[in-house]
Amino acid sequence: MLTNALKKFRAVPFALLMLFSMLLPAMAGPFEDAVAKFANDDYSDSEDAVGAIATSGNPLAFSIISALQDGRLMADPDSKKIYLTQPDGKSIDALTGAAVASVPDSAAAVRLNNHLRRAVEAALGGLTLSSPDPEKRIEAAQSVYKGHDEAMLPLIDGALQKETNKSAKQALTEARAAILLFKDDATEQQKLEAIATIKARGDQEALAMLTDVPADAPPAVAHAATAAVAAIQQRLALWSVVQNAWYGLSLGSVLLLAAIGLAITFGVMGVINMAHGEMVMIGAYVTFVVQQTIRSHFPGLFDYSLVFAVPLAFIVAGAIGVLIERTIIRFLYGRPLETLLATWGLSLVLQQAVRTMFGPTNQEVANPSWMSGAFELGQISITYNRLWILCFTMAVFAILLAMLRYTALGLEMRAVTQNRRMAASMGIATSRVDALTFGLGSGIAGIAGVALSQIDNVSPNLGQSYIIDSFMVVVFGGVGNLWGTLVGAFTLGIANKFLEPVAGAVLGKIAILVLIILFIQKRPRGLFALKGRAVEA
Amino acid sequence: MAHVLTRSLDRSATVFLLVVAAAGVLIPLSNLLLPAGSMFQVPTYLVALFGKYVCYAILALSIDLIWGYCGILSLGHGAFFALGGYAMGMYLMRQIGSRGVYGNPILPDFMVFLNYTKLPWYWHGFDMFWFAMLIVLLAPGLLAFGFGWLAFRSRVTGVYLSIITQAMTYALLLAFFRNDFGFGGNNGLTDFKDILGFNIQANGTRAALFALSCLGLIVGFLICRAIVTSKLGKVLIAIRDAESRTRFLGYRVESYKLFVFTLSACMAGVAGALYVPQVGIINPGEFAPGNSIEAVIWVAVGGRGTLIGAALGAIVVNYAKTVFTSGPLAPYWLFMLGALFILVTLLLPKGIIGTFNAWWEPRKTKRLSELAESAAREDGVSEPKMAE
Repeated sequence: MLTNALKKFRAVPFALLMLFSMLLPAMAGPFEDAVAKFANDDYSDSEDAVGAIATSGNPLAFSIISALQDGRLMADPDSKKIYLTQPDGKSIDALTGAAVASVPDSAAAVRLNNHLRRAVEAALGGLTLSSPDPEKRIEAAQSVYKGHDEAMLPLIDGALQKETNKSAKQALTEARAAILLFKDDATEQQKLEAIATIKARGDQEALAMLTDVPADAPPAVAHAATAAVAAIQQRLALWSVVQNAWYGLSLGSVLLLAAIGLAITFGVMGVINMAHGEMVMIGAYVTFVVQQTIRSHFPGLFDYSLVFAVPLAFIVAGAIGVLIERTIIRFLYGRPLETLLATWGLSLVLQQAVRTMFGPTNQEVANPSWMSGAFELGQISITYNRLWILCFTMAVFAILLAMLRYTALGLEMRAVTQNRRMAASMGIATSRVDALTFGLGSGIAGIAGVALSQIDNVSPNLGQSYIIDSFMVVVFGGVGNLWGTLVGAFTLGIANKFLEPVAGAVLGKIAILVLIILFIQKRPRGLFALKGRAVEA
Repeated sequence: MAHVLTRSLDRSATVFLLVVAAAGVLIPLSNLLLPAGSMFQVPTYLVALFGKYVCYAILALSIDLIWGYCGILSLGHGAFFALGGYAMGMYLMRQIGSRGVYGNPILPDFMVFLNYTKLPWYWHGFDMFWFAMLIVLLAPGLLAFGFGWLAFRSRVTGVYLSIITQAMTYALLLAFFRNDFGFGGNNGLTDFKDILGFNIQANGTRAALFALSCLGLIVGFLICRAIVTSKLGKVLIAIRDAESRTRFLGYRVESYKLFVFTLSACMAGVAGALYVPQVGIINPGEFAPGNSIEAVIWVAVGGRGTLIGAALGAIVVNYAKTVFTSGPLAPYWLFMLGALFILVTLLLPKGIIGTFNAWWEPRKTKRLSELAESAAREDGVSEPKMAE
């Protein structure tokens, strides 16, 4: 008995020692327990493990769960040890983080099913909540917001207390609200506050979340949710109006840019230049060549490529314009229909020439860094290149207007268009003015090409897609009036963008064309018609 | 009738008609009767190609009628051509019946493919040839009437009219590209099997279609000649040269314009209807504004306001296009077409026939007066009346 007892007692320390040596790692906390569960390679065990690891706060937690997601977490069923193969191919012990020489052959990747994958994603979302990068934290908070998993609540609460970044804090508050809204045991007060927070967010996702509030929620909550949905819908409708208006302004500025040169050649001179689109195309190709040159010789200047391209495109397209006027157009004054045909032929020649030189495919023209990207304004996103083009268009318009108004050449141009013979008697060299006016119109088309190269494909067909629209703008706005062109371009742009969501892009465009055709029947001389004797000439 | 005929046919018109009639008879006969490989046998592919040219000639004729004689430059005549073509194409689609890929006895293949459950209402009746032919005339005619009624009444003229006709064909191009418009979308209508029970691929059918196209050209030419040599034609020319003055003289300019514009659209529609069975496809590409402008240049090359020139220009330019685009010079065709536009308007504003006439007329009158003089000398008596 005694000996037995003694034997027992002798055995106790040994047994304890044995126990400790075996259990020491496992006893050290829930993290170790959880990791060990992976060895069972059982879906529900793994899911428990993921949850426990995610909340353990262990520095290895993130690597383990992301390894599980990528199938890099290896479990050895014999030794019950878990290994982690890192993306660089080296392996570590998942428990201690110590490097191991090699994973035993018997180890196999821990398997995943779809249910488990979702749990992994949610856990990863929660873990990045403590990332040092605020962008990452916001991203994580947003993924929690979308999943609104109750298990994440403690993590979110913890993160909220530590958070100092303002937008990250906002994102966390929203995530917390989303969780509370769908948490069964949250109080009514909590739920109402959650609805208010989500309502303040006010975007499509908030709308989707609030419409998901179950109908059997307490009446006050359900009522608040419905009211919030209505409010958000109204707000979104308002924003979509703002967005359409912005798109319309943007399209209008593109139309104006393409049509403004035509407003000079067609509107002021009365020359139908069907090759106008090709001048735009040439401007875009000048941009391409400038960028190529800068890329190969002065890569540091790349951000300034457009600064060089704008004057160069003006000069090249303007020079070609003067050449065209001297060799073709001047023989055709007073014969508008023939001018139309000849310039159409010219457009075919120019297109084919560019196709022969540069090939028929699209050329890559890059946005300089200050024109790429976008910023958020409320619920809409505004891209910098569209914004710059709008500003650029207005600048070109203002300069052109000032030029016609205040310079000697502008004065001569107006004189010649108003009364050619009288101007000639006053000593104005009318044929020189003709050439320069046509050159000016073409040069502005070239500048338009620089801007359009930033948002459209640079191909030999670039001009074709703008020519009918440009004519529509000039004819709609009224010939011989730059302000008419401005109003015409923005009216058509905005009308087009407001029709698009209702009728679809193609039908919207057709509707605009039909409306213009009908409008011209009503006002054959456009919105801002010239009045007086010159009209019937 | 006989009176109209004699009035409208001068010598060159008669020669033109005889040449077209001879081609319309001889080319099909040589294709069908002579053994293949014989020197004088016209191969079937050439018959189809010439048939295409003749259809283009009818289109050119319709443009010359309004542009050459009434000063209306339509840059959307390809739309009327294509509408006629689509009407014919719809008839041909219905004739396929259950021989399509999906074997649906009613619905054309593309409708089965796009999950149509029943025929759209506007496809009804196209299984009947007479109905399709009626639409060939009515669709372009009504569109032209509506469009012209609006445009001419509000006195939209000159380049404004040209630009909105271009917008019209562009809008139609966009519309016909849509799948849910019910006309086959991007692919258009094709895979035709037979027409009036005859296999559309057979030599005999092709020869007959060619002969019919020639007949269409002859009839179209006669109609145009009859119009331009009548009093109506004189008014049209007056409108072309001085629209306001004609209006002040008491003519309802818009009615004249509307009549001739609608008639011209119907002719273009017939040309399209003859064109489709010969080329075997009609797709929205035919609405492209470029096509309409190209048709205008045929007229300009041949000589506007001459009718014969329009037909000749269509055939010459298209023959050149076939020759150049199939040879090693293909990349240069667009240069040539573009140069043709520029050079013809700059250097040859009257076109081939017009320039020839301008060169020929003084010689003819000179020779006539010489003849008269010598006749007078032989008589020994000078009669002042003869000199006129």
